[in-house]
Amino acid sequence: MKLFETTRRAVMAIAVGAAFLGPAGAAGAQTAEKPFITVASTTSTEQSGLFKHLLPQFTEKTGIEVRVVAVGTGQALKIGERGDADVVFVHAKSAEEEFVAKGFGVERLEVMYNDFILVGPKSDPAGVRGTGDVVKAFQAIAEKKSPFVSRGDDSGTHKAELALWKLAAIDPKAGGSWYRETGSGMGPALNTAAGMDAYILADRGTWLSFKNRGDLAILVEGDDRLFNQYGIILVNPARHPHVKEKEARAFIDWVLSPEGQAAIASYKIEGEQLFFPNARKKGA
Amino acid sequence: MHGFDEALAAAWRLIVTGDTALVEIATLSLKVSLTAVVCAALIGLPLGAALALARFPGRNALVVTINALMGLPPVVAGLLVYLLLSRAGPLGPYGLLFTPTAMIIAQTVLVTPIIAALTRQVVADLWQEYREQLTSLGASRLRAVPTLLWDARFSLVTAVLAGLGRAMAEVGAILVVGGNIAGVTRTMTTAIALETSKGDLPLALGLGIVLLVIVLAINAAAHLLGTTARRAAG
Amino acid sequence: MHARATILPLTLDRVTYAHGSTVLIDGISTVIGASSRTIILGPNGAGKSLLLRLCHGLIAPTAGAVRWAGADTLGRSDVARRQAMVFQRPVLLRRSALANITYALSLQGRLGRAERLARAHEALAGVGLAHVAQRPAHVLSGGEQQRLAIARAAALKPDVLFLDEPTASLDPGACRAIEDAIRAIDAAGTKIIMTTHDLGQARRLADEVLFLCHGRLLEHTPADEFFESPRTPQAAAFLRGDIVG
Repeated sequence: MKLFETTRRAVMAIAVGAAFLGPAGAAGAQTAEKPFITVASTTSTEQSGLFKHLLPQFTEKTGIEVRVVAVGTGQALKIGERGDADVVFVHAKSAEEEFVAKGFGVERLEVMYNDFILVGPKSDPAGVRGTGDVVKAFQAIAEKKSPFVSRGDDSGTHKAELALWKLAAIDPKAGGSWYRETGSGMGPALNTAAGMDAYILADRGTWLSFKNRGDLAILVEGDDRLFNQYGIILVNPARHPHVKEKEARAFIDWVLSPEGQAAIASYKIEGEQLFFPNARKKGA
Repeated sequence: MHGFDEALAAAWRLIVTGDTALVEIATLSLKVSLTAVVCAALIGLPLGAALALARFPGRNALVVTINALMGLPPVVAGLLVYLLLSRAGPLGPYGLLFTPTAMIIAQTVLVTPIIAALTRQVVADLWQEYREQLTSLGASRLRAVPTLLWDARFSLVTAVLAGLGRAMAEVGAILVVGGNIAGVTRTMTTAIALETSKGDLPLALGLGIVLLVIVLAINAAAHLLGTTARRAAG
Repeated sequence: MHARATILPLTLDRVTYAHGSTVLIDGISTVIGASSRTIILGPNGAGKSLLLRLCHGLIAPTAGAVRWAGADTLGRSDVARRQAMVFQRPVLLRRSALANITYALSLQGRLGRAERLARAHEALAGVGLAHVAQRPAHVLSGGEQQRLAIARAAALKPDVLFLDEPTASLDPGACRAIEDAIRAIDAAGTKIIMTTHDLGQARRLADEVLFLCHGRLLEHTPADEFFESPRTPQAAAFLRGDIVG
């Protein structure tokens, strides 16, 4: 009887497990029937709300679902490199070109740009407001040793920030405790900056949709060197045969098409346009 | 601090409006964590009991390892599972990365040591008490395992609930292997992390309150069932 | 009365048990036959419980041997299956009184489900616990729990039943019920070997006495003889109620 009981209990436990697994597995299988592609992208595009605006239009037209894994540019490229995404949609030109050169991606195509902004406390202790020269602003911050929060996460924004320090001929890490690397995404880094009244380089998209601004405001914008170009790359099917090339190409073509470009241009927060399409016409 | 009022209001709004996105991610959270805990229990309960009773070289090292694994950082578990499931990894061909199944696997990895370690302790204590009697009745150590698990069932419920708590609360592992894809792998905790990133702290905290209420409800139900069953079993 | 082959007599051959340098059981040799109730007596710390566990095979002697008559033909597991033991503090499983017994029977693996149930009901009735069959074992009183433990052992119909201080810390009424149960089991053909610190109980139940002191077997004599004219001064002092050092 005991053995019978034990067996019955075990069977019941497995049945209960299967009951939970079943739906989860079924959910996976169900969505698998509907074609989908995986896009590795950046937190800035996801958190700005652009994808929520853009993707339903594409899915409605083609029936292809787009699953976005939003991480830093460095990690997004790594995901593409390992073949865990079909498309990479990021903003770090040199890293993207290297990705393609190494054969992980087929071709880098420019999609759109937005711009970075220098955000800081309204009190502006380093006096950078209105200079319009981001390099001078960086130098002033370093000179005053005003707190500066860096993403420090190898993201596109982080790479852009490091490039600006280089232009300013400053090694911020040598300067002491005013330079703080958070190793986090744009949002968490902004939370940190808001918490310690620090300067921070941010992308405009995330800033516009960011709610916990505290005492922070835009201090420097409009400098050409704050230009932030986004590129889209098909993960190389020759290297990763499971890449859904047909669906992925359909997505890339649509994003670059007049229709997709118009959709990007039409995304606004509080009346302000976040991303500016600049795809080159095919063959141009 | 006014943030709490806003958070409570956000939580209340989410609950009373029956926000469909919330229902979806809450359901996925439950599905993933409960499935992971069932899997972890199926592995951890017998494993813990076997560790309590078995004598073999290296047993102590294994016990210490499993105890230590209770503190395994979720992100590390997530990374291990990520490398396993990645297209470039050994289980790549199954294409499980960024699916709920991947999240279940990662949470099973996290929860199994907790259930196994707590089970080992409970069963070892009970074995101390039962050992002579069961040996006298002719039960082998192997045969004693189900008996001890059954007789320790009320204590083991706590072990399983501890595992469930860990699964429901963690974000590091499922964020890495699930990718926090809207509508596919977004759970309560990854949504909270996302809203925090967006600086929408009231909504993040509101989601946290909803999660807390769900976990509280599960524990209350387990407690109620436990006391009823205990009264029946003496 | 013993129609079937039995594993008795039990032969102890210089059985010794030492823990580190402390010798707890010191070279005990004797033969315990099938046809009487054997009571092990001795002062606290004499090694009575330890000797029972050595006989039952729960502990292996560090020197010497415990031999059962049927061992050659029956095999070890069969010899073990023909023994049962009741402990001072009954260990009952978290399930009903009835299920405690059917569990023990299922471990023996000889009876079908229906037979196990019938045997368990019979055993419960034998100790007057038929009315609590479905009740959780843990809610029974101390005396009832011990009777259940005895019923569980008796249901196995062992050749020999070991009892280790089965009535310690029970009230007189409960003691009487347990002594009755022991007599009934003896009458049904099971050899009784038990320890007690209750001399009155020993006089009531014993056919023969093993007297232990400091891990050594000082006397193995018929009960009448032991209580009338103990051979050793330690036994005489023990019976007088002196502290035996």
